[in-house]
Amino acid sequence: MSALSTRLRHALGTLVLLGIIASAVPASAQQAAPPPPAQSSQSSPLIDPDALAVNEQTLLGDFSRVEGSILIPNTRERVLIQPAGRLWDYFHEVLLRPIALIVIFGMVALLAIAYLAMGRLRISAGRSGKRMQRFSAFERFSHWLTATSFIVLALTGLNITFGKVALRPLIGPDAFSTVSQYAKYIHNYVSFAFVAGLVLIAAMWMKQNIPRKMDITWLKEGGGLIGSKHPTAGRFNAGQKMIFWFVVGAGAAAAISGYLLIFPFYVTNIAGMQVAQVVHSLLAAAFVAVILAHIYIGTLGMEGAFEAMGTGSVDFNWAKQHHRAWVEEEVAKGHLPQPTLSATPAE
Amino acid sequence: MARMKFLCDADRCIECNACVTACKNENEVPWGINRRRVVTLNDGKPGERSVSMACMHCTDAPCAAVCPVSCILSTDEGVVLHSKDLCIGCGYCFYACPFGAPQYPQLGNFGSRGKMDKCTYCAGGGGTEVPGSIEEYRKYGANRLLEGKLPLCAEMCSTKSLLAGDSEIIAQIYKERVLTRGYGSGAWGWRTAYRESIAI
Ligand code: HEM
Repeated sequence: MSALSTRLRHALGTLVLLGIIASAVPASAQQAAPPPPAQSSQSSPLIDPDALAVNEQTLLGDFSRVEGSILIPNTRERVLIQPAGRLWDYFHEVLLRPIALIVIFGMVALLAIAYLAMGRLRISAGRSGKRMQRFSAFERFSHWLTATSFIVLALTGLNITFGKVALRPLIGPDAFSTVSQYAKYIHNYVSFAFVAGLVLIAAMWMKQNIPRKMDITWLKEGGGLIGSKHPTAGRFNAGQKMIFWFVVGAGAAAAISGYLLIFPFYVTNIAGMQVAQVVHSLLAAAFVAVILAHIYIGTLGMEGAFEAMGTGSVDFNWAKQHHRAWVEEEVAKGHLPQPTLSATPAE
Repeated sequence: MARMKFLCDADRCIECNACVTACKNENEVPWGINRRRVVTLNDGKPGERSVSMACMHCTDAPCAAVCPVSCILSTDEGVVLHSKDLCIGCGYCFYACPFGAPQYPQLGNFGSRGKMDKCTYCAGGGGTEVPGSIEEYRKYGANRLLEGKLPLCAEMCSTKSLLAGDSEIIAQIYKERVLTRGYGSGAWGWRTAYRESIAI
């Protein structure tokens, strides 16, 4: 399972990189706006009684946004010039698409390499014919609520990023606008289902995802691929714990940055919305990449894993192979493996 | 082909807001939408200046670039127009605009901002409506350019602070003014909108 941790390490590295970019881009957009002129009577460098005029160049040199006072009721219109808009345009039109492509297709390539190199990870002892209950119906409901809403959010969101270059030429401007209009509403409303799933997941699994001592060994042995023996793990191994904390953290950040955009001007001004959009879109790309790896391990990458979230139970041998400590805890609690009616023949 | 621009000579603007009113009236702009506004800097202090601002019809317009459905385009004369039929009201043009020009009829909760509205340089809309038709007028306002007239805000300006027209001509007018009176606070927004300033 070291491939998992390599992938995770790669994803984390990418995230750090994205974080640097994200913090670099909005920096200039965040510079302090000039104080409202009425209050700043002293120490203002802008007043020059001889020249008798404020000067655009000086103002833009001093502040990234030129702001004044206004007679109409809509005081948001006080901002006269914000050149940061051009910077945000540069991020959105020049940087974002290549970054997102590299992150997402980079992960696809990594997974393809992992599959070619290792193939499907089998249950080494074969199927036992005995099942262990792993996830309750409610746990599975919460997981699939989060998962389906995530996929919907990812597709409708990526339509905003890539639609006009990928989809618009295919279906034409009118159809594309209609699709995008619906996609936008779906994205905005399904966000609530996603957040609900996220809250449930966090509440149910947070305690079991607190790192334990055995997680260090698990990581050192690369989840079983470094060295010959398979390291033990509790209900969740270190790799799963990393996915858990990433999903909770990135999910919360995606939700916060998204709601800042859905409710404009409640919390932030334009500069804040530009930052929120940068965070949201970069996070979305990383999120999609990490979830692709998660989906790969849960389906194609490992025999016997999907049924845990599908039916709720796993094969006893699979459980012993991947989560020995958890099996011991369960057995100690009297939760013994149950024989299936028709034992699945070992492959 | 002329390159249409706005130029506000802030040394002449007296913050009368006639341009704002003229725009609202000429284009029947809905309540709450301000295609043009006047911002006063250093209000009440020496060196106070007011600037009338609307869509500047930028070169390489950032709003057009970021629009996820590509509903904004520049005409041959450099006027930036958009199609309200294609607009999905996402607000991206508003994040990108250096001048706060895009306006939305609704306050925007739950992503329901409504169709974007902004200054059209009194040149109708960028949709499929017949130029100068009543349908175009209802959606986007007047199409004065079609009739050979300039935007009403500039034509109404009592001090001729706000200039509209071909870039070279209005720049020349401004240059002569500055040379004659001996000072000028610059063509506000030009550096950001057109990546040039007027050398005196
Ligand atoms: C959880 C709550 C979320 C909220 C409230 C939210 C909200 C938003 C909003 C308001 C936008 C701007 C466009 C629009 O109005 O539709 C947006 C864009 C986007 N969202 Fe979300 N979102 C959420 C979660 C997610 C998740 C989980 C993903 C990813 C997988 C995602 C991916 C994207 C992408 C890719 C964009 C387009 C970025 C761009 O190219 O500008 N969103 N989101």
